[in-house]
Amino acid sequence: MILAKCENVRKEFPIKRGYLQDTIGAVKAVDGVSLTINKGEAFGLVGESGCGKTTLGRIILGVIKPDAGSVELKTTKLQAVFQDPYNSLDPKMRVCDILAEGLVLKANVTGRMTPIREKVREALDLVKLPESALMKFPHQFSGGERQRIAIARAIITEPEFIVCDEPVSSLDVTIQLEILNLLKDFRRKLGITYLFISHDLRVVKYMCDRLAVMRQGRIVEEGDVDNVYNRPSHPYTKLLLSSILSVGLIGQ
Amino acid sequence: MKEFLNNKMALVGLDFITLMIAFALFAPFIAPYDPSYIDSKNVLAAPSAKHIFGTDALGRDLFSRIVYGSRISLSIGFIAVGIAVLIGVFLGSVAGYYGGKVDSIIMRFVDIMLCFPTFFLILAVIAVLEPSIFNIMVIIGATSWMGVARLIRAEILTLKERDYVVASKVMGANGAWIIFRHLIPNAIGPVMVNATLGVGGAILVESSLSFLGIGVQPPTPSWGNILMDGKSTLGVAWWLTVFPGVFILLTVLAYNLLGEGLRDLMEPRLRK
Ligand SMILES: Nc1ncnc2c1ncn2[C@@H]1O[C@H](COP(=O)(O)OP(=O)(O)O)[C@@H](O)[C@H]1O
Ligand SMILES: [Mg+2]
Repeated sequence: MILAKCENVRKEFPIKRGYLQDTIGAVKAVDGVSLTINKGEAFGLVGESGCGKTTLGRIILGVIKPDAGSVELKTTKLQAVFQDPYNSLDPKMRVCDILAEGLVLKANVTGRMTPIREKVREALDLVKLPESALMKFPHQFSGGERQRIAIARAIITEPEFIVCDEPVSSLDVTIQLEILNLLKDFRRKLGITYLFISHDLRVVKYMCDRLAVMRQGRIVEEGDVDNVYNRPSHPYTKLLLSSILSVGLIGQ
Repeated sequence: MKEFLNNKMALVGLDFITLMIAFALFAPFIAPYDPSYIDSKNVLAAPSAKHIFGTDALGRDLFSRIVYGSRISLSIGFIAVGIAVLIGVFLGSVAGYYGGKVDSIIMRFVDIMLCFPTFFLILAVIAVLEPSIFNIMVIIGATSWMGVARLIRAEILTLKERDYVVASKVMGANGAWIIFRHLIPNAIGPVMVNATLGVGGAILVESSLSFLGIGVQPPTPSWGNILMDGKSTLGVAWWLTVFPGVFILLTVLAYNLLGEGLRDLMEPRLRK
């Protein structure tokens, strides 16, 4: 069953220069992308920095309007986890308020109040943080802990689909694996579908069933993770693979 | 906090402001005399143990008048700035968050307001309306919000790109929720610095208006009209202009010191 479907999605950003901010051109951040994500799968999106992954993710989330093309979502229960947990948690809010935000917003829509206190405790427990975290502010945590808070904020609303945009790229290697395993766990336990964005093919191989390789706003290769990994067909994918191999297989 | 406590000048400012607020709150207990009690046998008395700041041309105790005057001058300062902050934060955050046409219209309005020589605008408005304390607060507030609007707009332009705003949008938040829950709390710091500096400015504007005779009207004492009362007897009774003048000066200075201390605290980049 298809959960999300993009057809020929395009998005350009104007390039502005100088004091008067004249438009002198446009970056084709997403340049005609079509893909489908099935319910329950973890779909990887890889490509080097600046190729348009974040933009595509935000278009799918509905926070950026595409210039052309269509996005069809079979669920409204969306969530997002971002790369930089310094940036994704409001520094002026306590953890309890950060976690409750989604529930309060949901209650505003449905008119039904969920027992927020218990849910917040439960979510904190799921990401293995102590209850003492509730009254603290984001700056009182390490990067890994902050990312756990961001993940708790996402799962507390019982999403069906989470867009993870480089969720471990800013973390230490040892902590990366903890966070990846946490996300993997939720997929198994809660049946969440992931769009998993990363510039690191190894992370995508560890997390995903299928993947798409993106380059300069286009998808150059798509398929099952094992197939692409073992028998890459596009030269760019081969390049990405060889760059991993030369770095060495840390964390494998 | 520690750094703020190490900033001696800001602390001196804060102490003086606290003292002035105590004057205003506890005026009946601090003032030795009724500020409007006329003692015709004791006019223009020089400072002495009985009247530490002396008496004015009607024999009223100057110290008591200054203590009561602090109520008027400080409330005008606070409320005028409060009005400016409300207007500025609202218009600035709407302009910054929504951008586009809304932004252009609001910011052109800011430019127009900045072009007016504010003091003459206030003079003109007060000449038409009556110079009541309420009108003076509102007009000072309504002509001094533009700096706040610009500041908060600039803050919000960068804050609105943060991932926590995107997360909030994904969870279904609307513009008002994002502005009030996330953007204003994060943008308000620099505005508070600006507001602190503004209180001093507003007190000065009120004093200038009173000095010109179109500020707070006698017999209600404000620092400005006490100063203006003393003008005619400057040659014989220096205390009638020096003491209110010194209070205005020290208060404005105190707000500036405090504001600058807060700014140093907010902008770690400028810290040594
Ligand atoms: N809001 C924006 N305004 C202008 N250009 C942008 C904006 N967002 C992204 N871009 C540009 O679009 C391209 C793709 O960016 P992005 O989607 O962030 O790539 P990735 O996530 O793969 O690193 C980049 O060239 C980037 O500079
Ligand atoms: Mg990105």
